[in-house]
Amino acid sequence: MTQLTSNGPEISRRNLLAGAGGLSFCLALGAPGLALMPASSAAAGRRMSAWVTIAPDETVTILSAGAEMGQGSMTSLPLIIAEEMDADWAKVRVEWAPADAETYGYTSRGRKSMAIVGSRAVRSYFGDLRVAGAQVRKVLLENAARKWGVAAAGLRTEPGAVLDPGSGRRLSYGEIAGFGKVPDVLPSVDESELKPRSAFRLIGRSVPRVDIPAKVDGSAQFAIDVQLPGMVYATTRHSPVHNGAPESWNQSEIKAMPGIVGTVALDNGVAVVADSFERVLAARDALKVMWKKGAKAEGFDSEPQLLDTYYKVHGDPGAQAETLDSKGDVEAAFAGAAKTYRADYRSDLGYHAQMEPLNAVARFNAAGDHVEVWDGSQSPDRSRAGVAKALGMTLGQVTLHQCYMGGGFGRRSLGDYAAEAALIARDVGRPVKLIWTREEDVAHGMFRPQSFQCMEAARDGDGNVVGWRHCVVGDGKGLLTSGIKIPYYGIPNQHIERRGVSHGMRLKHWRAVGHVFNVFAIESFADELAADAGMDPVEFRFRHMAPTPKARRVFEAAVRMSDWNAKRREGRAVGISLTERSGSLGAGVAEISLDRNTGRIRVHKVWIAVDGGLIVQPDAARANVESGVAYGLSSVLRERITVRGGAVEQSNFHDYPVLRMSDHPEELVVEFVDGEGPPTGIGEIGNPMVAGAVANAFHALTGRRLRYMPFTPERVLEVLKT
Amino acid sequence: MVSFTLNGRPVAIEAEPDTPLLWIIREHLKLTGTKYGCGAGLCGACTVHVNGEAVRACQTGVFRAEGAEVVTIEGLSPDASHPLQKAWIAEQAPQCGYCQSGQIMKAAELLASNPTPSRDEIVAHMDGNICRCGTYNRIIAAIQRASREG
Repeated sequence: MTQLTSNGPEISRRNLLAGAGGLSFCLALGAPGLALMPASSAAAGRRMSAWVTIAPDETVTILSAGAEMGQGSMTSLPLIIAEEMDADWAKVRVEWAPADAETYGYTSRGRKSMAIVGSRAVRSYFGDLRVAGAQVRKVLLENAARKWGVAAAGLRTEPGAVLDPGSGRRLSYGEIAGFGKVPDVLPSVDESELKPRSAFRLIGRSVPRVDIPAKVDGSAQFAIDVQLPGMVYATTRHSPVHNGAPESWNQSEIKAMPGIVGTVALDNGVAVVADSFERVLAARDALKVMWKKGAKAEGFDSEPQLLDTYYKVHGDPGAQAETLDSKGDVEAAFAGAAKTYRADYRSDLGYHAQMEPLNAVARFNAAGDHVEVWDGSQSPDRSRAGVAKALGMTLGQVTLHQCYMGGGFGRRSLGDYAAEAALIARDVGRPVKLIWTREEDVAHGMFRPQSFQCMEAARDGDGNVVGWRHCVVGDGKGLLTSGIKIPYYGIPNQHIERRGVSHGMRLKHWRAVGHVFNVFAIESFADELAADAGMDPVEFRFRHMAPTPKARRVFEAAVRMSDWNAKRREGRAVGISLTERSGSLGAGVAEISLDRNTGRIRVHKVWIAVDGGLIVQPDAARANVESGVAYGLSSVLRERITVRGGAVEQSNFHDYPVLRMSDHPEELVVEFVDGEGPPTGIGEIGNPMVAGAVANAFHALTGRRLRYMPFTPERVLEVLKT
Repeated sequence: MVSFTLNGRPVAIEAEPDTPLLWIIREHLKLTGTKYGCGAGLCGACTVHVNGEAVRACQTGVFRAEGAEVVTIEGLSPDASHPLQKAWIAEQAPQCGYCQSGQIMKAAELLASNPTPSRDEIVAHMDGNICRCGTYNRIIAAIQRASREG
């Protein structure tokens, strides 16, 4: 069984072969595969951990560069290396890679990054890690060949050993580790030398996730669990008005409370520090802060902006607009249309509500020139850099210890809280565990932006959709635009744009972010066109929206899985939606019922078909899609953040309710359509299609349209009255 | 001074009587498998057993543990061999894992009183425990498996 240790041994770069330690591949991820560390980093004297280490006792230690928040990257990424090096998976141990993107990062848009966001882990690392594993295998083959005095080309491997078919001789990887050498420059590997899919032993076959045993006995270490000698506790009160700053606070009163170490000013708030967490909480309750006036968000009320202002911005010919996609002649398509359509959609702000409130632990050395930070981070490299920047220190003065994350969903790709922990630790001169309360996590959240969307379509005399306009209005720039393009529909004339407003609120990526509301609008609107044409919504898309073959395949799979045309039980109906995300395509069907007295929608069954290319770990991938559906459903039925005067009105799970077991579909079926291509994103393909599927099912059931997300009981009742 | 039994071992702790048991267990006694999620009794991440009853440790003053037997996830079994823990692994139930200690402790309470719960009984019993990763159907499957395989 594999296991995790959180602190891997650090080995200097030249230590490629340690006599007692076995074979160590201390190399950086290049493109493709492993390469010597860049000279710049060697010159900087950076220490690094061996990516792959083979010990004489057969243990193979592989680093995972993929942060773990439950999506399974720390299993899937090492498994890709293990596959190509033909390691015996039962002998593999997994350790965290250091927070060093130059060495352990993938390349995205020409830059190195370790950010596990946007469903990137497997698809970003897949190619390089395969080559890296094949390079390790080649080194093992060459060592065995040298030992036996034969040509490496005649040898082969089985899991954990090199074989010489001619003589029947066998050397285990552990045995080779006892005498072998790793060359300074690793052999290159051509793509043709990689295993064909038919030879995979691990990829495509589910292995148990390496993190799960520690998650059933309480031993998994999250940052919030870190305990250090002499550690004190901190919590914060941030400005209720986003991006406001503290002016003064009742410092002497707080300092007189039992166990208080002190208070610390932060950019947007005040931290209190005490010798126990319960005392810190008491101090937070007693803390009275005067906030500086003038934060931009002071004037922001979310509802009137969304209901009125955004609408006006859309209608204002003078408003600034960014064209996101444009093709054909949209004006002509609308001018010559047999029929045109328009519908507006809205969505509220969304909060991540990850189960583990934001927290970090920080400790300085005695000289005060080096800090260690424990953070469960989606971007450990970025969190480390953020800590260094906040402290005015160099990267080399910051060590970041990666921890498990109690949920990320986009919130943990920015270590603002880790920087706060480091600042507080420096100020009080003690190791500090900073924990934001849940109330703080909500109030000082970074949200999925709210959106207004105007959809327009033009159909020609044959009924084909020949013109398409989509305008999204809101704050958050690029956060608004993910998922707004429709490359999966062959509509000849399109104009897609964003109209930006700015409120001074804290906004952030959120599981598939813009896809959530853009796909809701796109797929609800497609359903509206189909209904107007009196056609089945799938048939309408096939005949009049020119879906790509890949889109047709997932639609067809979802239709088959859900028995789409079957008659449903009285009081139930189905709806369907497509979505793209991170290279994957998915189609989902939801079967719902409605309590017309309370306005409560109940989703009974969901069927999801996903083309995610090659699926590295089917069960973990299925779990990701299941999770996406639940996350999506939660946001579609319940979740809304509202803001008044720049301050969030919700505070905890009583007024920000999330999906519970009794709301979850009884049946949730996920199927992967056999994709030919390389792996594409899985972590976020499940949620963007939920809104459209539910809203379209609601229309099938009631003849009414839900155009404002979430579909709370109050909104449902209002729609039913129209 | 409050004295109680924690996972079978006697403990005595100096604390204000209304200090939430959660912070006593996590930060004073360093058993961190019990989690802080909301601090308001809304999510169930801090669920532990006090004399066999599943309680929210964030809403339980430590004085209520006086003389009681407190069991946390670390004490549910000596070696993760409780049928629920085995079933949780078999169903690959956890994702981020943060809520799962509380889920398992809540489920253990159910099986102790009702070894063969129906699906509806499971949902009714578990509904107070939030899983933000949405592993609910796998949790149900794991409870059913533990019930079946004992």
